Amino acid sequence: MAPVEQRRGFLARLMALPWVAFLVSTLGADRLFAGGGQSASEGGERKFAMGVQVDRCIGCGLCVDACKTENDVLREPFFFRTWVERYQLGSDGEAHVDSPRGGINGFPATEDSPDVMRSFFVPKLCNQCDKPPCVQVCPVGATYKTPDGVILVDHEYCIGCRYCIQACPYGARYLDPRTKTADKCTFCYHRIKQDLLPACVEVCPTQARIFGELGTRSSPLHRMKRMNSIQVLKPELNTSPKVLYSNLDGEVR
Amino acid sequence: MEELFHHLASAVSQATGYIYPNEAELHWGLLVVVYPYLTGLVAGAFILASLEKVFRVKEVEPTYRLAMLTALAFLIIAPLPLQAHLGHPERSFEIFLTPHLKSAMAMFGFVYLWYLMLVLLLEIWFEYRADMVRWSNESHGLKKWMYWVLSLGSRDLSEQSLAFDRKAVHVITLVGIPSAFLLHGYVGFIFGSIKANPWWSSVLMPIVFLFSAIVSGIALVLLLYYVTTMLRKKALDMACLDKLASFLLYALLIDLTLETLDFVHRLYESEESIEILSELIFSRLFISLTIVQLLLGTLGPILLLSFGRFAGMANEFRRTIYFVAALLVQVGIFSTRWNVVIGGQLFSKSLRGLTVYKLQLFGMEGLFVAIALLVLPFLVLWALIKILPPWDEAESR
Repeated sequence: MAPVEQRRGFLARLMALPWVAFLVSTLGADRLFAGGGQSASEGGERKFAMGVQVDRCIGCGLCVDACKTENDVLREPFFFRTWVERYQLGSDGEAHVDSPRGGINGFPATEDSPDVMRSFFVPKLCNQCDKPPCVQVCPVGATYKTPDGVILVDHEYCIGCRYCIQACPYGARYLDPRTKTADKCTFCYHRIKQDLLPACVEVCPTQARIFGELGTRSSPLHRMKRMNSIQVLKPELNTSPKVLYSNLDGEVR
Repeated sequence: MEELFHHLASAVSQATGYIYPNEAELHWGLLVVVYPYLTGLVAGAFILASLEKVFRVKEVEPTYRLAMLTALAFLIIAPLPLQAHLGHPERSFEIFLTPHLKSAMAMFGFVYLWYLMLVLLLEIWFEYRADMVRWSNESHGLKKWMYWVLSLGSRDLSEQSLAFDRKAVHVITLVGIPSAFLLHGYVGFIFGSIKANPWWSSVLMPIVFLFSAIVSGIALVLLLYYVTTMLRKKALDMACLDKLASFLLYALLIDLTLETLDFVHRLYESEESIEILSELIFSRLFISLTIVQLLLGTLGPILLLSFGRFAGMANEFRRTIYFVAALLVQVGIFSTRWNVVIGGQLFSKSLRGLTVYKLQLFGMEGLFVAIALLVLPFLVLWALIKILPPWDEAESR
């Protein structure tokens, strides 16, 4: 036998020993260098994702309000599972961004000014990354990826170290002062598992938010992807977000 | 909770530019500054101690035991600030029971236990074994029993056993040096591996942490050696002080070089984040970075130490200069930790705005708890010194 085959044979025999297999899987050593747990495509049969059509958002803030109601998010303007940002691009190339109270009450009107070249709204939420940095850093595994690709937090297990909040590039996480654990958007997991839409999608009056499954031709997401150019936030960080934006301006971070 | 909301509202009102709504709360406060400061002192003190054992630097011998006890005292306290800052301290044992191996933070428990149990305690035990046997033989009553228990019942004072002790200390130190590097390098990795944060995300972070740790550890042992010798009304060993000052100077120069490399590298690469980071350095961090860390904490001591080492001054003057330099180094390194931990959270990840850190006086994350946690290691050290006197017996009598 060639040396390589010998080694493979040895490894196979080693793994066949129940206690070795147990150790390797318990310690998670086999997945140490993977992207972040299971990949969405290999887990369950469904891969939930959201589409945001930037051109359609009117900044009404209904989604922010619905989210807070549905998920019992604190009303104070420092805790958001989803929020809306307004971008005003000046003719000098400067972008002015604001999100008063997360956009929950809409946005104050601005005077028409020749200095503002273009303005638009961008809804934000947890990107449910396929390679989630938050899951990677959690010291106890309290934040994890479900087989259908949604990132959840186990509030009975989270120790409140806030490392995941530091690791999230999108500012999507906060510490709920009531439970003293990390919290964030779940795609309304309790709803989508019953084939209901997330609250923010349900209430959106312009269908700026679309919910569906990746890789399913009948999903409304499929149509959005077919008809528009698609972007994700901070692609350079290689987090593989599952919140897809259409016609997103380069200024948006 | 009302108090928290007021606190956050006032922070938001002082933010400039745009920050994500969830960024109103700054998540890692003063306690997380204290933590790397303490572990840095541990690693630094140990590396200094190992100079004597492994590299046979005879001059620093008077500080060997003191440095080991210092490392132990600070290591015992080091996890407390982390524990106190957790939302659920009662769940922290989960890190040991069900660690998530991909998390840098989950490794904390193992690195810590390895270092505490297998390196520090073992080395100190072998170093003191013969003394503890002797003390047990010479004392009476409770003290006799205490040393008997501490020596784990060992009675052997033969030349053979002493030789084994020396050999064991040598071997443990050899394992200990990479372990000390691991302990603090790992703390640097916790920050350096966060790609979401351009201020932290740097491969140099563990190395910068390590050298600043060595700097702070040497300076601390120098200070402690100075103060304890004065308190015992003994003469300072100037050869030892000179050697400590030299090592401190070299470590400072390496530290400064690394920090400068990091700075130049960032500036030259000029990534997307450079504008907000420049703004951060020149506004929010100007005092703590430029004035305290760079001028007072690094360049100042480098000048003082060079002056002290090479200007050929009288002993009294020279040792005062060393003392002042070592004090300034402590302030500087604390500031370094502050600039990393707090500085890394003062800008929005939208790279469009800066927020503020409002230090609280009371409460778990407040100033008083932090001061208590910085004083506590010295109390532990005092107790350790009482039990295991680090100086020569004949001399202390």
